[in-house]
Amino acid sequence: MGLETKRVVSPSPHVRDTVSVRGIMYSVVIALIPATVFGVHLFGLSVLPIIAASILSAVATEFFAFKLMGKPFAMDGSAVVTGLILALCLPPTVPIWVPVVGAAFGIAICKCAFGGLGHNIFNPALAGRAFLMLSWPALMTRWVSPFDAVSTATPLGQWRAGAGYTSVVDLFLGNVSGSIGETSALAILIGGAFLILMRYIDWRTPLTYIGTVGVLMWVLGENPLFHMLAGGLFLGAFFMATDYVTTPITKNGRIIFGIGAGILVVVIRMIGGPPEGVCYSILIMNALTPLIDRIAKPRVYGVERKFLRGR
Amino acid sequence: MKLQEFTKGIVKKNAVFALALGLCPTLAITTSVENALGMSLAVAFVLIFSNLIISAVRGFVPQKVRIPCFIVIIASLVTIIDLFMHGYSPTLYKRLGIFLPLIVVNCIILGRAEAFASKRSVFDTLLDAAGISVGFALAIILVSVIRELLGSGKIVVLGHEIVPAFISSPAAAMILPPGAFLTIGILLALLRRAGVA
Repeated sequence: MGLETKRVVSPSPHVRDTVSVRGIMYSVVIALIPATVFGVHLFGLSVLPIIAASILSAVATEFFAFKLMGKPFAMDGSAVVTGLILALCLPPTVPIWVPVVGAAFGIAICKCAFGGLGHNIFNPALAGRAFLMLSWPALMTRWVSPFDAVSTATPLGQWRAGAGYTSVVDLFLGNVSGSIGETSALAILIGGAFLILMRYIDWRTPLTYIGTVGVLMWVLGENPLFHMLAGGLFLGAFFMATDYVTTPITKNGRIIFGIGAGILVVVIRMIGGPPEGVCYSILIMNALTPLIDRIAKPRVYGVERKFLRGR
Repeated sequence: MKLQEFTKGIVKKNAVFALALGLCPTLAITTSVENALGMSLAVAFVLIFSNLIISAVRGFVPQKVRIPCFIVIIASLVTIIDLFMHGYSPTLYKRLGIFLPLIVVNCIILGRAEAFASKRSVFDTLLDAAGISVGFALAIILVSVIRELLGSGKIVVLGHEIVPAFISSPAAAMILPPGAFLTIGILLALLRRAGVA
């Protein structure tokens, strides 16, 4: 037998690994556990039904949408992640139907209508949240203080109203009002660090995103630490701006994405209508992602720089 | 035989769902059924009379200046309906706002003038314009029913509650601009799926 025995020529990828979509998605769920548990600890067991309803609605919607489209439904865990993230960025006081509608909207309109996982332009959880925010602004801004459920404004809301900065230590530990899973930077950081160490997410996006907000706020004479820790910036930077489908695939693209989203957060917080802008900043950058990937295309090895610049 | 010149505009060549024309007013003014009714009447008036006039003068309008001539005819009729609504229905006039004068550049009207009225007899044109008007009216009323139902939770036309309030907190996004795109997109998809448009 010579060299002419069976040689299979197949397209890439050639390197196989045990990492799967499902594995990564459930790792994200695991990484969100600290923030989720802390949210339940902070706002009480009454947030558990909100989280459960959101996840169930997301999975059920995906199941029915695929049935409708005549495609096989695979439980890849992405709907669970969407439902969980959506619940974590809702106020702890929302009625149970709010996460149900939001998750159904995000999955049906912003994910399945585009063709399912891998085809959606916008982060389904954030799109669901944006729809809820537009439809029921009053329900979506009913904040309560931790442990005693007295209505209060978020740290950013208080800052906007001129009541000064909340203590940075409280913000870092999460002893403040806000969405279920966004309050504790520490809890989010634990999950985020786990994903970065597992190499499931790129450190570039969260670093440039949070860094841009800090630097710009410092330049504008605001308290940079407060603005980095307040609101949903940590949750957004680690768990939404790093979504595989809706953010750039190139390293430089991720840096551009982070800086752009950071600038948008600062613009919205300083001169926008609502005091917080993480949700919209990521959605707007989602829309720009295909363009960012085009301009941030890495140089092909062996091709001269000049040649690529197009003379 | 001639009747199909009328019926084709309702479903097969529906301006909004089959030809995807006139989307600007469809998106903008379908926040309530009342607005949609007003807009469809205004568009029907302008569409029918402008195309009738264009068909009548098609023999002696020089080919090179036909578009400016069409626009002058359309703009005159729009001015008539604009002043009429201002005088007799100031609230509706206010709510339709800029979209009333913008009927001048509604591509359904110029589209039918160019594609149909400038080539066919006055009677055929009447049937065509009436059919397209009915189709446009049905389309924007359908969109507005969905949007007002979900976005306001009830339907009120001329002070009468056609559908009484049935949800306590309606989805306000549906009467905001995103609601228009969502409704039209989903309707288009469903109609394509059903093979209607």
